[in-house]
Amino acid sequence: MTLMTRLFGASAALALSAGAALADPAIIFDLGGKFDKSFNESAFNGAQRWADETGGSFAEVELQSDAQREQALRRFAEAGNNPIVMAGFAFATALEEVAADYPDTKFVIIDMVVDQPNVRSIVFSEEQGSYLVGMLAAMASDSQTVGFIGGMDIPLIRNFACGYAQGVKAVNPDATVITNMTGTTPAAWNDPVKGSELTLAQISQGADVVYAAAGGTGVGVLQTAADKDILSIGVDSNQNYLHPGEVLTSMLKRVDNAVYDAFTAGDMVETGFNVMGLANGGVGFALDENNAELITPEMLAAVEVASAGIIDGSITVHNYNSDESCPVHQF
Amino acid sequence: MDKMPKWADVVLIPLISLLLAAILSALVIWAIGESPSKALWIMIDGALGSKYAWGYTLYYATNFIFTGLAVSVAFHARMFNIGGEGQAMLGGLGVALVCLYIPWPHWTLALLGATVGAALFGAAWSFVPAVLQAKRGSHIVITTIMFNFIAAALLNYLLVNQLKRPGSMEPATAKFPDPTHLPSFYDMLAPLGISFSRGAPANVSFLVALAACLFVWLLIWRTRLGYEIRAFGQSESAAKYAGISPTKIIVVSMTISGALAGMMALNNVMGEAERLVLNAVEGAGFIGIAVALMGRSHPVGVLLAAILFGALYQGGAILSQDTNIPVQLILVIQALVILFTGALDNMVRMPLERLFLALRRKPAAPAHTKPAE
Repeated sequence: MTLMTRLFGASAALALSAGAALADPAIIFDLGGKFDKSFNESAFNGAQRWADETGGSFAEVELQSDAQREQALRRFAEAGNNPIVMAGFAFATALEEVAADYPDTKFVIIDMVVDQPNVRSIVFSEEQGSYLVGMLAAMASDSQTVGFIGGMDIPLIRNFACGYAQGVKAVNPDATVITNMTGTTPAAWNDPVKGSELTLAQISQGADVVYAAAGGTGVGVLQTAADKDILSIGVDSNQNYLHPGEVLTSMLKRVDNAVYDAFTAGDMVETGFNVMGLANGGVGFALDENNAELITPEMLAAVEVASAGIIDGSITVHNYNSDESCPVHQF
Repeated sequence: MDKMPKWADVVLIPLISLLLAAILSALVIWAIGESPSKALWIMIDGALGSKYAWGYTLYYATNFIFTGLAVSVAFHARMFNIGGEGQAMLGGLGVALVCLYIPWPHWTLALLGATVGAALFGAAWSFVPAVLQAKRGSHIVITTIMFNFIAAALLNYLLVNQLKRPGSMEPATAKFPDPTHLPSFYDMLAPLGISFSRGAPANVSFLVALAACLFVWLLIWRTRLGYEIRAFGQSESAAKYAGISPTKIIVVSMTISGALAGMMALNNVMGEAERLVLNAVEGAGFIGIAVALMGRSHPVGVLLAAILFGALYQGGAILSQDTNIPVQLILVIQALVILFTGALDNMVRMPLERLFLALRRKPAAPAHTKPAE
């Protein structure tokens, strides 16, 4: 108990000396680091947008090791930060143990479900957004062969690939979907050179549209696709601007909105289970002046019909994680 | 023969190296507009200032002791084992299989079983490169590095396809059953009336690491095998002439090395996470190289160096949580320490040696005039 009070005192003093007021929101980034041009960065952008608009400040930390998860959660909770947002499925185990110890603190976990009264769990229907860009890819492809480049071969990325393959097959059942994963270590999320090599390999197999769901690796995929005059599809945030006229579209996963909303709600953030899909703008595809010429009105119309179908339930997109298999693709 | 006294070699050189690294780090922190003294205090207090801090520092240190010893044992035979990372990953697999599929009645037995599992899997992973080196001359540095990637690929495959908890999106095994829970320092010290921090991950495997230090010391300096390993390391041709089999020494030293690296999993997989996650080793295998270099491949040196690196790790984590110093700069600070204590050793050593020689010459001169002979 004395230790607890001492810890509390020490962290509170440090938080104050760092210029942060109590009850500021906090965000914890996963091991990839906050500038990964993808998931973590999207979360950071949401937090930053909140700070810019409200003039508020938030506490943040980038983890370096798995053992730090619980440590960071407890430190922020004891410093009075509220709500505490964590980006990444890997926090689930630590949060399950920590959440009960701080019943007055609200926690928000993205990409995973933790069933505790003071936790808001946000999962994204990546398969729905990927389905739509898969349709666009199939319609834009002349060779009837499209590619997918993932980061690591983990269930989350398989869900992206599976949704994509379903979208492709919905437009053209005869189309071929080539999938490759970049690597087996976390370096795979930031390896543009390997991304470039895989793109070349897929081009040599006939692919003329390539979808990258691989964090920073995707930069290399998009670059090589532009160099070789084929189309590419970005992920997480709108990456159309990277190569105007050469990026077909980007699959949007609005992690930034999830963080922004949580920060805006502050300690009143609603707890419980939350699915961010097409219906509530959690996922989607990017359409702007950079790719307006690539998306024909027919393509747009087809995708909008499908989008409406997914929202009203007449089209179901299979979620890989529901049964760990994909009806149209073998991993 | 000795250019300088033992204490200078063991204490003075690391201290001066640390001081140089600290000065450069302070410059870096000062350059980004933070206060170096405050940052230093946060790091030291965060790593050593409370029981909670020690709980984390010793947790990281335990990892580094195992991997540092692993590199040391191989290094005595002049084998450069870069594969600690992969061997520790495989050790984690061994621990996970032992903990998940064998119903252990008590943690003591589970610890024994897991030690065997971790050591066997780690040893198996270093055995192949060792045989390739001994029989075919394939360079151990290349093969052990490549085995790191194979280990990562194997674990990725197993965790996603075979060992994953059904229904979970996370590539990790289920939590190990309760009887395999290793007592943390909190559990261990409570009966003695000491209340240790409950959240800290340091656990009983620290004691296993200390035992491993003793084992390595006995092995290298008190057994015939250790003598053969050292003789082989000093001169392969002399060792051969003395009837020592190079094949045997390479394979045995590398296998022991792999087993030690694998045993790291007792700490991070069984003691802390209590399940096997992807990328559980987090570079500790590579840090083991720096630890062994700094510790001069001696168990006591390895122990001290591991605690230093543990403190750096933990202090760095606290620093990034409490200040706005970006995590990349904290890596720079950690790297500076590694650079100065490991790679730039001679920069400090050579001037010091010259200094000691000069100091010795003066009092030594009259000694020669004595008609002692």
